[in-house]
Amino acid sequence: MIEAVGLTKRYGAKTAVYNLSFQVRPGVVTGFLGPNGSGKSTTMRMILGLDRPTAGQVTIGGHPFRQLPNAPRQVGALLDAKAVHGGRSARSHLLSLAQLAGIPAQRVDEVLGVVGLQDVAKRRSKGFSLGMGQRLGIAAALLGDPQVLLFDEPVNGLDPEGILWVRNLMKKLASEGRTVFVSSHLMSEMALTADHLIVIGRGQLLADMSVTDFISANSADFARVRTPGTEPGQREKLTSVLTEAGGQVLSEPDGALRVTGLPLPRISDLAHGADVRLWELSPHQASLEEAYMRMTQGAVDYRSTDDRLAHLQPPVQPGQPGYGMPPQPPVHEVPQQGWYAPPPPGQNPYGGAPQGSYAPAPGPYAPPAAPQPGLPQPSDTPKDAR
Amino acid sequence: MAAASAVLQSEWTKIRTVSSTVWTLASALLVTVAMSAALCALFKSTFDDLSEVEQATFDPTFASFSGMILGQLAMVVFGVLVVGTEYSSGMIRTSLAAVPQRATFLFSKIAVAGGLALVVGLATSFLSFFLGQALLGEHRTDLGADNVLRAVVGGGLYMGLIAIFSMGVATMLRSSMLSLGILVPFFFLISQILSAVPKAKEVAKYFPDQAGSKIMQVVPDAMGSEKAPYGPWGGLGIMLLWVAVSLLGGYLVLKNRDA
Repeated sequence: MIEAVGLTKRYGAKTAVYNLSFQVRPGVVTGFLGPNGSGKSTTMRMILGLDRPTAGQVTIGGHPFRQLPNAPRQVGALLDAKAVHGGRSARSHLLSLAQLAGIPAQRVDEVLGVVGLQDVAKRRSKGFSLGMGQRLGIAAALLGDPQVLLFDEPVNGLDPEGILWVRNLMKKLASEGRTVFVSSHLMSEMALTADHLIVIGRGQLLADMSVTDFISANSADFARVRTPGTEPGQREKLTSVLTEAGGQVLSEPDGALRVTGLPLPRISDLAHGADVRLWELSPHQASLEEAYMRMTQGAVDYRSTDDRLAHLQPPVQPGQPGYGMPPQPPVHEVPQQGWYAPPPPGQNPYGGAPQGSYAPAPGPYAPPAAPQPGLPQPSDTPKDAR
Repeated sequence: MAAASAVLQSEWTKIRTVSSTVWTLASALLVTVAMSAALCALFKSTFDDLSEVEQATFDPTFASFSGMILGQLAMVVFGVLVVGTEYSSGMIRTSLAAVPQRATFLFSKIAVAGGLALVVGLATSFLSFFLGQALLGEHRTDLGADNVLRAVVGGGLYMGLIAIFSMGVATMLRSSMLSLGILVPFFFLISQILSAVPKAKEVAKYFPDQAGSKIMQVVPDAMGSEKAPYGPWGGLGIMLLWVAVSLLGGYLVLKNRDA
């Protein structure tokens, strides 16, 4: 079991991790999520005694890492796949680590077989691909048959077969009663691998709950409604009917409507009453990725923007026909990225944070109510404005 | 608690499984022996052209170590790489995660690498001495003469200590490039130049290489060089102080900084 209490790390004026408290329990795979720069790796390094916390403490099985007797037999870690002397062979690298913990050399050949590197064991690790490096790092973590395992981005650079292998390995290790703590950016992978999630943003705890709880607490479910594409009038008609009934309607790029605030049967009844045929009426549940994005949108440090190529393209003469973008269609568009409906009130532990300016949502579907400063908004232009 | 013997064994595995160990130590030996031999041959052929003072104070033992000026640089590179590659590769985090006791880690590494450097240093100085004497002809000396054995053993100690000093510096700076960028010009240029400048040489006398190299001289003011205010063992003592300070500095940095 890994236990952090009030863990804080400052680098000069920058606070990398602030007052982080969590427990990683044995027997389940615990996923560790957070945007880039949120403090995941710093936390991992503090668990391993590499970085000293500014305040608070983290223990493994009740002991700070530096006081663990024979640490490699109790804790195995993969921090950085490339943290290997490139001129040393895979086998020699593992052998030097094995000797530290009094692990016999036969075990080295055994783990090389487990990770599938036995054929390149004598080759210098300089020539290894990222995926081979990950396998070597996983081999190093497994070497001492430890009860506690930490993996920082273990599937980075692995092929699909390798990803599947890592997923099953994590589950197997957890089912043997070990503590498995895995950080990753791949949400789809986490959804399949992890049972429990610890999410941090800007160095603070955002969530500590099971994967299913996390998704239901942070999802904004909606209904997708499609009217016959051959009759555009029906779409307009349904939109106004649904809006009158209190639903929020957004248009998806392919012409479907995204309806929140109304249950599915009611949408069907309203459509029937308005004499609108439906080609699609489907419930949509948020994926882990959407739930994660919604939760961390206020805590992202590095956000990409559109590449406008402003200085690379010849200036467009005003009034010159033929060039430039056609006017945007004046419909409420579903934003493509970077914006998600806020979670239901009271569910967001990041509410008090500097940029977590979520508006309280009135209903269980969390419609985009008031315009929020600092967040890109869907266009408010009325349909007939031109 | 990783036992010191386990860490020593692991460090030995690390050091023998990278090729840089072989080529740095081999070049330290070859460069020193070859350049010393060439200079000894040159001394023999041009002995009559030397000034009278130089002829009177000619030190055949020291002459057979004249290649060390260049050979010691390979020792510096060896010492820096042993420590520096841990940092440049990121291996240091794996190592420290396995050995949380940082003092045990550092001093085991230095014991293994320093021991190896001392052995190679001694082999170098003995080879250099015998080959040099064979080439000096009638100006030669032999191991049985006064102080000669001390000078030859001292030459080996000097080479080893230079490597250990470099390991300490590299641990402090945590970078191979930075350490080499400071140590190589220091030993090859700055120390040599300052020891020839009138006022600066009073200070330069106490530099590790200047003080340490006195152990290799049989004639104290050999070849018209200045007399030092300390003897051969005093000089080695000054060098040992430098080594101790660099190791202490390295230990404090490793202990207190995040890996």
